[in-house]
Amino acid sequence: MYEHNGEKYFVVDGHMHYWNAAPDNWVPGAEQYAKGWIECFHAYMGLGPPETHWSLEKFQKYSEDDLMKDVFEDGHVDKAIFQPTYLNEWYKEGFNTTERNATMGEKHPGRFVYNTRWDPRDGDEGLKVLQANVERYGSTGCKLYTAEWNNGSRGWKLTDSGAYRYLERCQELGIKNIHVHKGPTIWPLDKDAFDVSDVDHAATDFPELNFIVEHVGLPRIEDFCFMATQEPNVYAGLAVVIGGLMHARPRFFAKVMGELLFWVGEDKMLFGSDYAIWEPKWQVEGFVNWEMPNDEEFSDYPRLGTAGKKKILGLNAARLYGIDVPAEFQLEPQPVA
Amino acid sequence: MTEVVPAARLGPRGRAGGSRGSGGSPPRWCAVSDVLAALETVRDPELDEPITSLGFVTSAAVSTDGDAQVRLRLPTYFCAPNFAFLMVADAYDAVSALKGLRSTQVVLEDHFAGDAINNGVAARAGFATTFDGEAAGELAGLRADFLRKAVLAGTDLVCRPLVQAGATPDQLTAMALGDPPPSRELGRLRQRRAELGLPADDRSPLVIDPLTGAGVTAESLPLHMRMARTTRISVQANTGICRGMLRHRYASAGIGEEESA
Repeated sequence: MYEHNGEKYFVVDGHMHYWNAAPDNWVPGAEQYAKGWIECFHAYMGLGPPETHWSLEKFQKYSEDDLMKDVFEDGHVDKAIFQPTYLNEWYKEGFNTTERNATMGEKHPGRFVYNTRWDPRDGDEGLKVLQANVERYGSTGCKLYTAEWNNGSRGWKLTDSGAYRYLERCQELGIKNIHVHKGPTIWPLDKDAFDVSDVDHAATDFPELNFIVEHVGLPRIEDFCFMATQEPNVYAGLAVVIGGLMHARPRFFAKVMGELLFWVGEDKMLFGSDYAIWEPKWQVEGFVNWEMPNDEEFSDYPRLGTAGKKKILGLNAARLYGIDVPAEFQLEPQPVA
Repeated sequence: MTEVVPAARLGPRGRAGGSRGSGGSPPRWCAVSDVLAALETVRDPELDEPITSLGFVTSAAVSTDGDAQVRLRLPTYFCAPNFAFLMVADAYDAVSALKGLRSTQVVLEDHFAGDAINNGVAARAGFATTFDGEAAGELAGLRADFLRKAVLAGTDLVCRPLVQAGATPDQLTAMALGDPPPSRELGRLRQRRAELGLPADDRSPLVIDPLTGAGVTAESLPLHMRMARTTRISVQANTGICRGMLRHRYASAGIGEEESA
């Protein structure tokens, strides 16, 4: 919960992690990838305010206490959604698995939502694991990382026929929310790995599922915007937008927000800190304080008011995940026109 | 900004060599400055900026025997391998086309696919052969897709001042490429259109569909311009993040690196 100027914000962190990327978890022979991955993440942390930077050593493996303090005690978060990323080819026990997240989270009842994941290349066996995870952890959301390496394959698309089997099974299992995270590789490698047109197709073919495109399709914000404006069940995950731009490039942050508000709208944007890449505290506080600049350059962008900030910081995600929000955080009833 | 060219390999005024070596080596008049000028013509296809100003050139050198070596770096270990390949291959093509060189080597450093890319480019193998079994074809389609984005983004850069000065959709769609006052942005837009084989002469329409080259109608202009701006913001935001990541990754500036505007 964050309170500012008499307004109370219910905060759902829609995208966060509890990983182990320390050398003890690196797969022998794949050390360079495990090391490269976490160093790349650490560089993203460099885009946040200097006083929030960690050493690489802490960043590789932070503690449960660090997480609870940074996210809940200091970070104003009421409910946090774990988004697992496995990377089993590089990390022995996975980078952050559904199981690791839940093992930690179960010590803190009511704080977390456990999303799971799947990979269409895992075939029938993967479908069984998906079902088991839903039954065991109550997952109603999935995080998909399309650039994951798997037995010589460098990635996949949501339009692959194997993926549609999984999306169908998601619907049968009661999963509602599909978080899509694009990365630098795909099959075939000559195509643009960040292309989001597969999400467009899947969203049309699975209208009962919500598709949250993480980091708003960055580096393809434009393709994401043009797609999201046409698909009622496509949402913008703001991880990286706030963390990567609000401090480092404030004017571009405002322009990207302006574009998102114009094409996607404040009802379909979801805050995510991407912890531990960035701590939520400065992001939540900065976002509540943020205003669209008044210069000419920004004149035709929609404005974002208190109600919009409340939606983005928590109410939108609460709606998608069925999270109860106490009355004091709800929006004032709108006057009927 | 100081050039970080390995000084020991340079003669006076940046020229390599000075005395003729023995044996059959070619005349050595290719200077490091020529190599850098060649690298300035190489762009990151995604960001549409020269690899020099982006800070991607770690070093460039020409030996007394006329062997050029260029070292490149990128913002992350996992930058997309297809774009990385294009930059290394384009750098190789640009430098090896210079007269007076005996050999050219371009090395991408600190990248997960660096060995494959460096060897593939050195062997002039093409992308599909370099990534045998992992790629379905070459990268011309990818390059063209991003040139179209560059045309859209460039259209916003050229037209926004005109709109701010009061140009209506009817006036804008009636304008030709030769009408706006000359500017760096206009020259760049014209060049990108030419690279795509789109109309690029003075009398061609200023605002075109980057896929077909057809002029945009006044009716569809507002949406077209909105999309053009979104494309420009996206590319610029992406560039900002890449620059921030590069700065975190490497303490020293690249050769020819320039801060963004």
